[in-house]
Amino acid sequence: MPLVKGGQITGDAFAHIADDAELPEQAGILVSATRFLADPEGLLGRPGGKVGVIWPNSRDVDDLVPYLDRLAVVALVFPSFRDGRAYTQARLLRERYAYRGELRATGQVLRDQFVFMLRAGFDAFEVKKQSDAEAFADTVKRYSVFYQPTGDGRITALHRRMQLRHSESAGL
Amino acid sequence: MYAYDEIDRTLVNERVAEFRDQVKRRLSGELTEDEFKMLRLQNGVYLQLHAYMYRVAIPYGTLASNQLRQLAHVARRYDRGYGHFTTRQNIQFNWIKLAELPDAMADLAEVGIQSMQTSGNNLRNVTADQWAGVAPGEIEDPRIWSEIMRQFTTLHPEFSFLPRKFKIAITASEHDRAAIKIHDVGLKLKKNEAGETGFEVLVGGGLGRTPFIAKTVKEFVAGRDILSYIEAILRVYNQYGRRDNIYKARIKILVHELGVEKFAAEVEEEWQQIRDGELKLDEEVVEDIRSRFFYPPYEKLPHMPDELKQASADPQFEAWRRNSVFPHKAQGYAIVTISLKPVGAPPGDCSAEQMDALADIADKYSFGEIRVGHEQNLALPHVARRDLPAVWKALDQIGLAIPNVNLVSDIIACPGLDYCSLANARSIPIAQELTRRFASHDTANLIGRLHINISGCINACGHHHVGHIGILGVEKNGEEFYQITIGGRADEGAVLGTLIGPSVPYGEVADVVEDIVEAYLALRARPDELFIETVQRLGVEPFRERVYATR
Repeated sequence: MPLVKGGQITGDAFAHIADDAELPEQAGILVSATRFLADPEGLLGRPGGKVGVIWPNSRDVDDLVPYLDRLAVVALVFPSFRDGRAYTQARLLRERYAYRGELRATGQVLRDQFVFMLRAGFDAFEVKKQSDAEAFADTVKRYSVFYQPTGDGRITALHRRMQLRHSESAGL
Repeated sequence: MYAYDEIDRTLVNERVAEFRDQVKRRLSGELTEDEFKMLRLQNGVYLQLHAYMYRVAIPYGTLASNQLRQLAHVARRYDRGYGHFTTRQNIQFNWIKLAELPDAMADLAEVGIQSMQTSGNNLRNVTADQWAGVAPGEIEDPRIWSEIMRQFTTLHPEFSFLPRKFKIAITASEHDRAAIKIHDVGLKLKKNEAGETGFEVLVGGGLGRTPFIAKTVKEFVAGRDILSYIEAILRVYNQYGRRDNIYKARIKILVHELGVEKFAAEVEEEWQQIRDGELKLDEEVVEDIRSRFFYPPYEKLPHMPDELKQASADPQFEAWRRNSVFPHKAQGYAIVTISLKPVGAPPGDCSAEQMDALADIADKYSFGEIRVGHEQNLALPHVARRDLPAVWKALDQIGLAIPNVNLVSDIIACPGLDYCSLANARSIPIAQELTRRFASHDTANLIGRLHINISGCINACGHHHVGHIGILGVEKNGEEFYQITIGGRADEGAVLGTLIGPSVPYGEVADVVEDIVEAYLALRARPDELFIETVQRLGVEPFRERVYATR
């Protein structure tokens, strides 16, 4: 499954570790929420490499808040692309809890949701299909107008109109 | 009228380009039907019994004449020459080909019409009182807020994959013509004691398998806070709404299971965290939207012009005027409702020729504006009373001077088993038969205001629960049967109807309805006691006794 980060297909610096598997010595790891919450301090204090957590969409992200500044990756899950709970989790992590690490979309991640995901704050994508991953750069340019404010900082249509109006009245 | 600017147009064009690419990928097999299904639904494309059905949004029911002409063009060019107006200010085309859909969409985009989110589990077309901006006594024009809401709900990055569909309706009048109490969110414009404009917010209404009347979650939310408050509602719903069972996924079930107080508290807690954020509406922003609505320059005209006095001698004109013409906020003007319920025809259908002619009539007599209401009728919102006789004649020429607005033959019906893949039973032929039974205008007038609503299955697109008489098609051992309720209403006094007796087969529905109406005529206390008032006064029992005594 290709990983898209920074707008490009890239290698994954994090290994998915099953709950009963041994931790590798020197590597970034992605563990389940269950494994993470069983021993968060132990994992975060581990000398070998960075830690990320795969957080299910049925669990409040509030439980993650104490660890956010030490997590390298939070991976949110789309069990189906029709299940949109992770969009809310993403916005809460970015906008309310100021999470600045990698926010990764996993699960049924498809081309036609890239723009929504970017707007919600995702910056890494485990894309289901190679062709979708390759189309990433083009797909995210589909839209240039956005009606809603989110933490991604894109200017909304309402505010762009105000700017246009002010520049007109200033004679610019 | 709200006029799209370059920003709105760009977005719609980008959407058309995206859909064109999606259709191409579907036709090439790159997208599976399962993957494509949600994408087409997000653009209003259903797969029905015989063909794709295309549902186009008419936000808050306001259409310009050039937009109506373009709908006529789409009906002619891509469909079979007609369209069907629905109960939620949409129009549906029933015979569209998938490969041609992007072109139809592009043609509509040229006039600022689109179909985004007219189906799928997302924020649906925002509806409003079809008399917005012209009804006497309105708090203020609810379309300003509806347009703000339209923009907010369009391609929302957080709420495009909700547990289930989500419908918002807005009204600004005491008499609720937008049926806000049967919506997921109903907004009632009001002023608080300080004179600020805001909303009473109702949540959790809806029909379908488990009908609920919406409950008030907050008595007053100021206009500047309404988007953040709605966002808080949606955020609670997106996280906690049920996704395990499609029949329990609407917000009404969440509100019911949590209880309205607990739900309101959850929303309040979320809202307090975001209310001072980016969603706060400056007065300047609201004014900018307001400035792009067009208000006609009304003349000072007499209430009773000579043209109207003369025409009143014609009983046919008078019959139409009494049922179709309603008071306007400006003196000398009227709102004209155009019934799309001719005898023997499917409710809400309109041919391309009628649409073109209506666009011309609107240009000539209604400042180029047409409205669409949830009763599947149209309206001309700004007709000078002196022009009423001319409008009547022009409507009569296209078969649309039908004098039955709000009467027994002004029936709401879903497409039913004639088109719909979900239906258990036919709706349209029942409606057609009833319009024949009550074809006599004198009889219909004698009966007075009476709303019959028909749904072909429990999904309740025909709003049967809130019909004064509600008819629901069910399937029993492979046969079409119908459950009949009475006493429902969809307005400010919204209430669900009560079952009057055992279900009856297809062939008996019209007889039962006739018997109910006869019972009413015998039971009513006085000629001006409406059907709904008699049911309210007496309950269902006396009706049941009379209608089922011999069955």
